[in-house]
Amino acid sequence: MVEVQVRDLGWRHAGRREWALRGLDLTIPSGQRVLLLGASGSGKSTLLRALAGLLAADSGDGEGEALLDGVPVARARERVGIVFQDPQTQLVLSRCGDDVAFGLENRGVPPERIWPQVARALRRVGFPYHLDHSTAALSGGEQQRLALAGALATDPGLLLLDEPTANLDPAGAALVRTALAEAVRADTTVVLVEHRIAAALPLVDRVVALGPGGGLLADGPPETVFADHGPALAAAGVWVPGHPLPRLPAAGPAGAPLLSAEKVRYRRHGADRDALPAVDAVVREGEALAVVGPNGGGKSTLALLLGGLIAPTSGVLRAAEDLAAGLDGPPHRWPATGLSARIGSVFQNPEHQFVRANVRDELALGPRLAGHPREHVDATVDDLLDRLGLAALAAANPFTLSGGQARRLSVGAALAAAPRVLVLDEPTFGQDRNTWIALVQLLAGLRDAGAAIVAVTHDDELLATLADRVMSLGGPPTGER
Amino acid sequence: MTRRAALTRRNPLARVGAALLFSLPLLSTLDPLTPTLAIAVSIAVAGAFGVSVAALTRRSGPLLLGAVGVLFSVVPFAEPHGQVVAAVGPLEITDGVLVDAVGLGLRVLAVALPGVIVLATMDPTDLADALTQNARLPARFAYGSLAALRLLPLLRSQWQQLVLARRSRGLSPGRNPAAQARSLGGVAFSLLVGAIRDGERLATAMDARGFDAGIARTAARQQRFTGGDWALVAGAAAFAATILMITAGLGM
Repeated sequence: MVEVQVRDLGWRHAGRREWALRGLDLTIPSGQRVLLLGASGSGKSTLLRALAGLLAADSGDGEGEALLDGVPVARARERVGIVFQDPQTQLVLSRCGDDVAFGLENRGVPPERIWPQVARALRRVGFPYHLDHSTAALSGGEQQRLALAGALATDPGLLLLDEPTANLDPAGAALVRTALAEAVRADTTVVLVEHRIAAALPLVDRVVALGPGGGLLADGPPETVFADHGPALAAAGVWVPGHPLPRLPAAGPAGAPLLSAEKVRYRRHGADRDALPAVDAVVREGEALAVVGPNGGGKSTLALLLGGLIAPTSGVLRAAEDLAAGLDGPPHRWPATGLSARIGSVFQNPEHQFVRANVRDELALGPRLAGHPREHVDATVDDLLDRLGLAALAAANPFTLSGGQARRLSVGAALAAAPRVLVLDEPTFGQDRNTWIALVQLLAGLRDAGAAIVAVTHDDELLATLADRVMSLGGPPTGER
Repeated sequence: MTRRAALTRRNPLARVGAALLFSLPLLSTLDPLTPTLAIAVSIAVAGAFGVSVAALTRRSGPLLLGAVGVLFSVVPFAEPHGQVVAAVGPLEITDGVLVDAVGLGLRVLAVALPGVIVLATMDPTDLADALTQNARLPARFAYGSLAALRLLPLLRSQWQQLVLARRSRGLSPGRNPAAQARSLGGVAFSLLVGAIRDGERLATAMDARGFDAGIARTAARQQRFTGGDWALVAGAAAFAATILMITAGLGM
């Protein structure tokens, strides 16, 4: 219902030297569905925000124009709906029905028409709960479906989707994709940003790939774009479907066990159910163990237990003498410096683990705590900066990094302490194809040098590329397979 | 589901207004009888606001602690007057000071209890609706605060994550209080950074849904301020006045 015209569009965030997006020309006919691709930093999210009229004039410098049916976006904002990546920070109200009604109220829809429109929007996305259901009681996939209903309630002519399934487990992502396929009216123009391209392709009829310095790398129907530009796009970091990834199986058989969990179970204080039902797990040197399963099945809790960060409510985690190297008792009783030099943990949210003011100090913390001499610390840090592609950012504040860079830094910071066991929660989240390969190669190298890798993941490619053994959690049967 | 108590159906602003009008006049008195009567009235009407006596006791726990705290901090430091009733070491406790202290402690309870009762069954969304529709407060303030309130529970789990994260990085404050304070500061700073980022995301999402875009907002949930609401407010004021007149009549 809305034709999008972008002419010579550019945007530079306040205080930045580089343009997030520049010199972009693009026309999207009414009713077309576009998959927007590009390596990290190519300006995909900036373009979506520009089309939604969310780039405030006082938050940066703008160039060119974006028009919806010939009208500048700033004056046509009520014709646009947008769904963001993070479910937690886009729901506004505590009851589901109220949240869908929020956008209608803001647009001045007469009260008597609001509730019928809310009901219709919830039906369109297949939302199963009552209007009074609490938004906090929803799973991530359900919250994203609700956010979609909120965006669709105002009948937007242009629907923008900024990686709406990125934070979800495969079941939740499928739920949202089904809702997208069924709920969006045929005449609605759609622009979708999505990393999991293969799953998104059935939803679109055009692929647009942004180049790193602005401009288009490729544009056209999916088949032709991937046939004509597949290798070039893959080289630029785009996840081209069917483009092969390296296989990195273990060089030799797994070695001796370093950690053995026997019937470990965990329940949060005051909770009425176990965050992790009793499980057995063995972590061996020279082996990459992948832990999979639906959200809420206890994967992240198992990662914290294996990382020696929390004490099991029942059961025991034993460390091999070889790993403990002089420390007594279970890992959760080890002093912090001793722990980080033996078992490294990488959290799902990298920012939670940043404790220093710049990238170099962040990487140097582990070796410094271990009491290594200065030359040794510098050599370790320089090597890691290089391998992680962060050398140019050595002086940057960790909190200013992009999602992909922050993830690599948090992995590097754990590696710097030279642990023999590395436990990672969703390590490949938000990486483009190039940084993904670099990261997985780094992990494979560690494993082949004798370290044990434990990765909690939803990433099928990671399983295929790196995992030597897979453990499935959540939903019976629980245990190793 | 339990049947909704009679007064929980009243307008949220009327409930808050009634609590304020009932409790604030108590600040003008110093005797122990006024707050005792007020507490008795509060307990008696709690049921009508959908709060059982058991629930009221549970929610008043911190308040009781505060009242006892007042008692213990007034007794040793007030100017002694009246008869000495007890002596603890060098400290002589007089009946005059004791009466003042009990009066102060009871006042803390009496002033806060009506607020505890009306807020126990208050839905924040309903309050925001009433603030914008009946008190004409800007939507930006009312719904902005409401949305921020929704993010609060996230902070708790983030705090736990941050504490574990520092351990994973090899940092532990040990037993040194200065190091513990520094570590706490570090966690608080990271929490703040995360909270600001979450707040920005939420603000962008609200912006994208047309919030505060200069269009006159409509209300999906109508809040009305009716005769019954005025009656509740007037009733609260009348109760407060009656209590004050009784104690004044008794010469206290």
